[in-house]
Amino acid sequence: MTTNPSEPLPALWGVRVLDLTNLLAGPFPSLLLALLGAEVIKIESEAQLDAARRPPYAYDDPDGSPVFNTINLNKLSVQLNLKQPEAIRLVHSLVAISDAVVENMRPGVMDRLGLGYQELRQINPTLVFASITGAGGTGPESSYPGYAPAFNALSGLGHLTGYPDGPPAELHDSIDCRVGATAAFSIMSGLFHRLRTGQGQFIDISSRESIAMFTGEALMDFAMNGAIAHRQGNQHPVMAPHGCYPCKGQDAWVTIAVSTEAEWQAFCQAVTHPEWSTDPRFKDLSLRHQNGEALDSLIQMWTQTKTPDDASKLLQSASVAASPSMTGEDLASDPHLMARGAWREVEHPVLGRQKVQGPPWVLSETPATIRSGSPLLGQHNEYVLQGLLGASALELTAWIDGGIVN
Amino acid sequence: MTPRTVVFTPFKGIRVLEYAGFVAGPYCGKLLGDLGADVIKIEPPGTGDLARDFGPFPENNPHPEKSGLFLHLSLNKRSITLDPSAPMGKELFLKLAAKADVLIEDSTPGQMEVLGLTFSQLHEINPALVYVSVTPYGQFGPQSKWKAHHINTFHASGEGYTLPGGATHSRFPDRPPVAAGIHLGEYDAGIMAASGTVAALYAREVWGVGQHVDVSKQEATFGLNRLMLAQAQAEGQVVDRTRSYVYGGIFPCRDGYVMLYPREDRQWRALIEIMGQPEMADDERFLNRTARIKNAGEVNSMISRWTETLGKDEIYSQVAPSGCPVGLYADSRDIYRSPQLQARRFFQTVDHPRAGEHVYPVRPYRFSGMPEDVPKPAPLLGQHNEEIFCGELGLPRSDFFSLQKAGVV
Repeated sequence: MTTNPSEPLPALWGVRVLDLTNLLAGPFPSLLLALLGAEVIKIESEAQLDAARRPPYAYDDPDGSPVFNTINLNKLSVQLNLKQPEAIRLVHSLVAISDAVVENMRPGVMDRLGLGYQELRQINPTLVFASITGAGGTGPESSYPGYAPAFNALSGLGHLTGYPDGPPAELHDSIDCRVGATAAFSIMSGLFHRLRTGQGQFIDISSRESIAMFTGEALMDFAMNGAIAHRQGNQHPVMAPHGCYPCKGQDAWVTIAVSTEAEWQAFCQAVTHPEWSTDPRFKDLSLRHQNGEALDSLIQMWTQTKTPDDASKLLQSASVAASPSMTGEDLASDPHLMARGAWREVEHPVLGRQKVQGPPWVLSETPATIRSGSPLLGQHNEYVLQGLLGASALELTAWIDGGIVN
Repeated sequence: MTPRTVVFTPFKGIRVLEYAGFVAGPYCGKLLGDLGADVIKIEPPGTGDLARDFGPFPENNPHPEKSGLFLHLSLNKRSITLDPSAPMGKELFLKLAAKADVLIEDSTPGQMEVLGLTFSQLHEINPALVYVSVTPYGQFGPQSKWKAHHINTFHASGEGYTLPGGATHSRFPDRPPVAAGIHLGEYDAGIMAASGTVAALYAREVWGVGQHVDVSKQEATFGLNRLMLAQAQAEGQVVDRTRSYVYGGIFPCRDGYVMLYPREDRQWRALIEIMGQPEMADDERFLNRTARIKNAGEVNSMISRWTETLGKDEIYSQVAPSGCPVGLYADSRDIYRSPQLQARRFFQTVDHPRAGEHVYPVRPYRFSGMPEDVPKPAPLLGQHNEEIFCGELGLPRSDFFSLQKAGVV
C-alpha cells in the first residue's frame, strides 16, 4: 500500500482492521474506518458470500453489486473459507498483525469457529474486538438473530414514527447503519484507548440498545411520569405551523417549521398572506396549535402553487425553515450536496464508473477519502496472504486447490 | 502474564467544551462524557440550553432543571453560563478554548466569525484543538446558512420521503411523508460527529495537530441511507413511502403490532409450525420464497389471522427462539420491562438534586474494561461557574461577581 506523500494522511492511516462482517450493520462501521484511512481486510468466501453480493443486490456476478460497492469502498478482500481449519489458522495469523476485528455473525458463531475474543486475545492481547449483534452478547435473548426491521420495532423507534391514528412505521436498512454508526464510535474509542494505553478491548454492541438510545426523551417520559409517548405524524409539541405540505408536481412535498413569533410574521409576508398574522385563529402559538388543521389547509393552498424547491427558497429568503422532502433523484442532482462532496465518483472494474456517497464528515487536516471502489472477491489474496503473511506462491496455489482460499 | 488492566475510560483527561444545544451537538458530548471526557457545557446565561425548555417534564410541569430530554443528554457533564458576545465573555471563552482538547459548536455558519471564535482563530491559540461543527447543512455549500429544524433536515436527507412505509400508506394514501420519531436525525448527526471527533483525536495523538470537523445533519442521515439510495440508483427507481415488504412486515395483534418476516424457507417452516399449521410446509403456494412472493396476499392474511388472536409478547416469545425474524413494536413501557435490556443493565438509576431519582437509559454497548460507575446527574444551569471560572481559570472572585451582575455569566 503506497500513498502520495504530498497528500495529507487520513486519520486512521496505519490501523489494520479485520472485517468478518456481512450485509450492513457490520460492514458500515468498517466502511467508516476505511474512509478514515484504516486498512480494512474483508475476509470472505464463495462458500459464504456476503449477502450484499447476492440477490436481490446482484444476480449473476457477486462482483457486480452496486450495493456491495457503496458499503465496501476502500476495503480489501481476501478469500478464506472459514469451514476449513487451515483458513482459521490463517485468520489467526492475520489477527496477530491487526489492530481490530469487527464481526456481526450470528451470536456464538465466532466462538464456534475458534475466532472468539477469548481465543484471539491470546494471539493479540491488544486487539480491539467489536461484536455487533441484535440483542447484545449477554442476557436471555442474546441468542436471537437480529434483523433491522425487528430491532426497529424492538427498540421503540418504529412505535414513535408514523401517523398517530395509523400503524407504526417500517424503517429498513438505515437502521442497520445507525447501529453501525454507534459501533464505529465505540471501535474508534477502543482504538484511541489502545493507542494511549496499549490495552485491547472487547466491545459488545447491541443493535436494539443502539437504536433505543435515540428515543431517550420518550424513555424519560416513562421513567418520570409512567407516560407512553406515541407517534405524532408531522406534529410538533411546540412549533406551529410545522409539517410536510403538498406542492406542485407529482408527489412533491415541502417541509416547513415556524418556531418564533418573528418567523410567523415573516412567514405570513413571504406567502403573501399578511392577513393570516392578524387572523384571530392564529394570533399566538397556542391558537395556531389549536387551529392547526385550518392553518395547514390554508398553507397547503399556497404550497400547491409552488414546487418544493421554489417554496423552500422563497421561505428561506424570509428566514423561515423550509426544505423539500427530497427523493433519491433530487439528492442525486442536488447542487448543495455536490458542492459538499457528498457525492463522489469511483471506478469499479465490473460496474464501471459509479456515483457513490462521500464520507459523512469533512476533516480539515486528515481528510476522509475514497481511494477505491469495493474489492472484487479475493482481489487482495496475494497482497494479504503473500505480502502480509509471507506465504509463497506455491502455498497460495495449494490453498486455492484445497478450497481453503475460495 | 496478563498486563495490568486499565479501566476503560478512553477520554479521561480530554476536556470538551460543548457550545451547542438541543440534541445533536449534546449527544456527541454525552457519548464522550460517558466514556470519561470532562465535558463542560457552555450555556447562554439565563435561559440555558434549548433542550431545557423541551419536555418531558415530571407531571408535565415545565422546569429548566427537570427536562427529560436535557437530563438524558447531559449525564456526566458540567455546566457554565457564558455569553461570548460580551468582551469579557469572549476572553473567558478563549481562555477555556486554550486549555480544551475539543470544542463542539452548532452555530449557524458565519456566527462564530461574528464572535471571533472561528476554527482558524482558535487554532492559532491552541493548534491541538479539535473543533467540531454540527450544523443542518454543513460549513460550506449554497445552503449552508439555511435555517432548519429536525423535520427539515430529516426530509432533506432523503429518508423522510420513504416514511412511514407501505403498511400505513395503503390505509392513508393521501397523507404526507413523515420524519422519523422525535429527533432521530439529530441523534444521527450526534453519533456521526462523535466518530469524527474521535478520528480527529486519534490523528492528534499521532501527529499532534488539531483540526476542523464539519458535520452536516443532512449528510449524516443521508449517509445512513446508502443501501436504499444505491439500489434505487442502480434500478432507476424512486423509493417513496409506499416502500414495503412483498410479504411479511407489520401485522396487527391483540394489543399492538408485530413485525414478522419469514424470508428464508427454514424461517417459514419454523413459523407455520408455531402457527399450528405444519401441513402448509408442503403447500406449493408457499414452498419457497418465489412462491411466497407470488402468493403474498395469502401469506399475509394467513399470518395476520394468527397474530390477531395473540398479544405481542406472546408472539415474540414464541417466534424469536425459532430464528424467524420477529419484533414486537415496543413502546417505552415495553422497553423498560424488557428482560433482555434489564439483564444487560441498559438502565441505571440516577439521582438529580432537582428532578429527583429516575431510571435512565445509559449505554448501547459494553466494553470489557468499562467501570460500572453510576453516571453523574445532569448539571444545574451554571452549577460549575465558580468551580471553573475561579478555581480552574483563576478568575478573581470579585471579577466573577461583577460578571455575574452584568449577565455575562
